[in-house]
Amino acid sequence: MADGSIGLWTVPLAVFGGAIRVSTPFLFVSLGECITERSGRINLGLEGTLVMGAMSAYGISYLSGSPWLGVLAAGITGALLGALHAGICSLPRVNDVAVGIALMLFGTGLAFYLGKPLIEPTAPRLPAIDFGWWSDIPQVRAALRVNVLFLIGVALAPILYWAFRTTRWGLLIRTAGESSDAARAMGHSVLLIRLRATMVGGFLAGIGGSFLSLFYPGSWNEGLSSGQGITAVALVIFARWDPLLCLWASLAFGGAAALGPALQSVGVTSGYHLFNAAPYILTLAIMIITCSPKRTLTGAPAELSITR
Amino acid sequence: MDFGRISRRHLLQGGAALTLGAAAGVRPAFAADTTIGFIYVGSRDDYGYNQAHAQGAAALKKIPGLKVVEEEKVPETDAVEKTIESMINLDGASLLFPTSFGYYNPHMIKMANKFPKLRFEHCGGLWSDKDPKNAGSYFGYIDEAQYISGIVAGYTSKSGKVGFVAAKPIPQVLRNINAFALGAKLANPKATTQVIFTGDWSMPVKEAEATNSLIDQGVDVLTCHVDGPKTMVENAARRGAFVCGYHVNQSPLAPKAYLTGAEWNWEALYPKFVKMIAAGESIPNFYRGGLKEEIVKTSPYGEAVSAEARKHADDIKAKFLSAEGYAIFKGGLVDNKGKTVIPAGTDRGQKDPELEKMDYLVEGVIGATS
Repeated sequence: MADGSIGLWTVPLAVFGGAIRVSTPFLFVSLGECITERSGRINLGLEGTLVMGAMSAYGISYLSGSPWLGVLAAGITGALLGALHAGICSLPRVNDVAVGIALMLFGTGLAFYLGKPLIEPTAPRLPAIDFGWWSDIPQVRAALRVNVLFLIGVALAPILYWAFRTTRWGLLIRTAGESSDAARAMGHSVLLIRLRATMVGGFLAGIGGSFLSLFYPGSWNEGLSSGQGITAVALVIFARWDPLLCLWASLAFGGAAALGPALQSVGVTSGYHLFNAAPYILTLAIMIITCSPKRTLTGAPAELSITR
Repeated sequence: MDFGRISRRHLLQGGAALTLGAAAGVRPAFAADTTIGFIYVGSRDDYGYNQAHAQGAAALKKIPGLKVVEEEKVPETDAVEKTIESMINLDGASLLFPTSFGYYNPHMIKMANKFPKLRFEHCGGLWSDKDPKNAGSYFGYIDEAQYISGIVAGYTSKSGKVGFVAAKPIPQVLRNINAFALGAKLANPKATTQVIFTGDWSMPVKEAEATNSLIDQGVDVLTCHVDGPKTMVENAARRGAFVCGYHVNQSPLAPKAYLTGAEWNWEALYPKFVKMIAAGESIPNFYRGGLKEEIVKTSPYGEAVSAEARKHADDIKAKFLSAEGYAIFKGGLVDNKGKTVIPAGTDRGQKDPELEKMDYLVEGVIGATS
């Protein structure tokens, strides 16, 4: 069109673009949580890890001038918070859900405290890869400006799926998650396996946070996460602890987040609160459809404190 | 999450509270060393609404004899009443500025009734005769500055489509959207203003999505009314669109894309309030003003603003500053559903309280209030 508008095509394009732009933090946190939960532990603190990751990535990127160093710092921060969670949970009679909630509050609080001086400065951002070179429609080009972290996340999902099924450490994590007695009988330390799984989970969640502050929306402020970390933890249950389903669920959540603003921009203005709530309605609907009082959730690791 | 509050108010001063509490409440108002309390709904360095107030508070800190206590991220619930009480009982505050819209009724009113000797100044509320006399509401006609931004946006936009990322359809936000849209239409009668509501004051991902959706629709100049405009400004500039700022000057974030902006000027107003109190005058319970009263201001023009746009905007600004003033909302105004909202012949001047109940979007705005 002559005026540069693409009319109603905005909606599918925005949902598609939103699936790419918004899904990455969901993807990293849910894959990380998937590893942790498969080892038999729930880390609800990933919301705090996500926010800490976002803050530390922004800070390191600002101070060092290198956004990739920021991503690394976010991952390390996440792994340390994961180690803290696992360490506390290794003590006898500690509830992992309660520790997770405490760490969620600790992580966000610490990030807000340390992040105060980072709200004003502008840090270098991660570069985007332009996959829209073939199109001369600017909207399509903008939707296809993809960050490499998204591609890493997309690649990681099938790799994890394969690794859980066929590799030795995948089997170990699943054993620890399904029956800690079996893992002990095999001569492995369940606590050590869970420590590593929680640290890897934290590492990934931290990287998810770095995407928020260094790519999209692309700056540090205190409302940045608005609950995406905790949504992603719920996503894992929704995805039945399956990394591939985590990928699809994250994409669906990303697309759903873009739906509300996109519909308003083409003139569907009534009920925007409802459209803004789309991701949560989606979760509720799928939970209701798939739940059953007669059996536990399929795919749930038997050692998880919520299924035990 | 706000562990700062617990440690500061409850742990350190907890012991002192027992003895001090009773005495502090009956302190004579506005003694030589006055303590002033500021309460913010969000973080005070948000590059937006709360930062503008914090800059005003910072201006008060420079005045000798004044002590300023601040608390951030206080929700618009009972929590603000607790904050007010602890500021009064523990810090001895005698003048309070609860700065967020939702603090006013019932929370601040309740506190003003409970502490009749202390002074409460609320930003944005509508004080009426039924409310306590020691409470007041002040606000700025920032729509004047939004109107100037709209004029600049109307001249700068090549597509004739300007965009507005808004939080919630409350009167103050709608008034800004309408002023911006009318300004754009003054510059370019064919200009349309597209609005997207994100649903809350601070939703960075939604704000970024709204910005992208608007630009996908051909919008090339954007402004916003959310608590922290940083997300909109940065994301719009990355997509090559121009922006008009809000709350404070965001030009350092996007120097090339920044055209102008509507800013608060609390650092001028708050010292004025304190001087009025020191001189024994009472602050009017219902205090309003715009560019002329120096409650709001506009950001300096960016390099992309044409000479024609500057001239037109400066002319209108001069009218706002003149003695007779200027009415943005003139008679014969039609909303975007075709209904006449201001009958022909009755201009609504800036001080008209009807405008503070605005519930419509004017013709030329694409969007709906519900």
